[in-house]
Amino acid sequence: MSAPVQSPRSFPADGNLRRRQLWNRVMLVLLVLGSLIVVAPLVLVLGAVVMKGIAAINLAFFLEPFRPLDEGGGGLAHAIVGTLLMNLLALLIGGVLGLAGGILLSEYPDHPINPTLRVISDLLNGLPALLKGLVVYAVVVIPTGQFSGYAGALALALIMVPIVLRATEGVLKLVPWSVREAGLALGLPRWRVILSLVLPAATSGVITGLMLGFARAAGEAAPLYFTAGGSQLLTFNLSQQVESLALSIYKYANEPSPLRQEQAWAASLVLTLLVLAASLLARWATRRWTS
Amino acid sequence: MDEQKTVLTPPTSGSSASPNGTPDSSPLKPRMETRGLSVYYGKKVGVGNVTLPIYANKITALIGPSGCGKTTFLRALNRMHDLTPIARVEGEALLDGKNIYAPGVDPVEVRRKIGMVFQKPNPFPTLTIYDNVVAGLKLLGVRRKDVLDEAVERSLAQAALWDEVKDRLRAPGMSLSGGQQQRLCIARALAVEPEVLLMDEPTSALDPISTQAIEDLMSDLKNHVTIAIVTHNMQQAARVSDFTAYFLLGELVEFGPTNQLFTNPKDPRTEAYITGRFG
Repeated sequence: MSAPVQSPRSFPADGNLRRRQLWNRVMLVLLVLGSLIVVAPLVLVLGAVVMKGIAAINLAFFLEPFRPLDEGGGGLAHAIVGTLLMNLLALLIGGVLGLAGGILLSEYPDHPINPTLRVISDLLNGLPALLKGLVVYAVVVIPTGQFSGYAGALALALIMVPIVLRATEGVLKLVPWSVREAGLALGLPRWRVILSLVLPAATSGVITGLMLGFARAAGEAAPLYFTAGGSQLLTFNLSQQVESLALSIYKYANEPSPLRQEQAWAASLVLTLLVLAASLLARWATRRWTS
Repeated sequence: MDEQKTVLTPPTSGSSASPNGTPDSSPLKPRMETRGLSVYYGKKVGVGNVTLPIYANKITALIGPSGCGKTTFLRALNRMHDLTPIARVEGEALLDGKNIYAPGVDPVEVRRKIGMVFQKPNPFPTLTIYDNVVAGLKLLGVRRKDVLDEAVERSLAQAALWDEVKDRLRAPGMSLSGGQQQRLCIARALAVEPEVLLMDEPTSALDPISTQAIEDLMSDLKNHVTIAIVTHNMQQAARVSDFTAYFLLGELVEFGPTNQLFTNPKDPRTEAYITGRFG
């Protein structure tokens, strides 16, 4: 370095600069503190779930359905199976509806049905999950005269739809308009351009939306009370009453037996891991599929 | 280029024989033609009442100052305005004598025959170089690998990009430089074998060397396609085009063979523009 280059630091630190540096440090500390305050409860909750849940987790927990306490208490296989089946079906229904709605809002902004669709979506988003359960109760359970896994899946799908729809609309709008023009200029029909060119460009965002919806629905217990109904039996048949992990957590946490309470913690842990696994699996599959 | 210019005859004659019999001397016939074409944005006129031929296997340049309606006109030629809800097109645009705005004409079919290259290079972000080129063919249902391979090599060669990318066809299209991306977009448009290629300021985002490459390939492409190019750059129009149309304030002021329009313009407004008195 022949010519001396002065860094801003080497300027004489007058009062103004010192004050600004001090202020900078104060704000930085405040920001870090704020972040810690936000993250701390999350870490505490996760920590508690892991510490208390891990104790009750054993092979029987995954393999056995409900058993009375004097027969060992059994496990939560019935709830795990029910959660998986209902959530996957809900993901199918809610995912397809949410995707379709998101595509319509983003890609056909002038479609006459859109204002209605938007109102319904906002309404669904604001409606408490409990009420969605009641809606399905009135529309499905009463006419069929029976609680069922299908009704439960439908209630969960109603929770997913607005989440998936908004996420899809948002990420599709981020895809540059030029991608659509390029596709159309090749003489491709509009639906082809959307499905084969626009949607792939937004895949990771769409998957995130689906996973958000999935995670949200997986943790809901209230709407399943009036729809899936809960059960103590292991069943793969969704036309019967079905148990879910969230339901089990709610019920077992209120029981006096220490074993049941431990099982509730374990169920919380399994539910958390399930959502995590689903999200990781989706990411992995997306990467594999796109590369 | 000069040799090609010398064989031009005024557009008014239906056909012309070349004085020196070069292969470029095919009779002059319009591939496309507009009759009283106007584009409105709401109540505003984007471009009004344009009657203009676009001759087969020639390059037609659309020039004019910013906002004169040249891009608006170009986009009317393959019904790109269909996507803009407030845009409305009146009049006729004929492709091989058939009005592309006639009732019952599918805009998708129109765009199959009339390709487009845009101002900014816009390769499909998720696709490889190979898949970018054959995106049109693949999505239109072509599956045979030999057909696709052949189309990739032919289109990239036509777009003067083959030698640069033949060893990395599986790399993302976005990994190319700006100039290469634009040639990739030209190759992509050529792969579906359009009759007409519309180019909307294709070199405005590029450096001089890439611009040169694209101008060179345009004169080669004339043998396969008819080209209409919007350009902000008068020198470019003079260099590459056979015919030039000058637009001003949403109106077609003058149309003629390029060397005539640039050396001996009939309209004083054209003269003012090409001599650099404004714009």
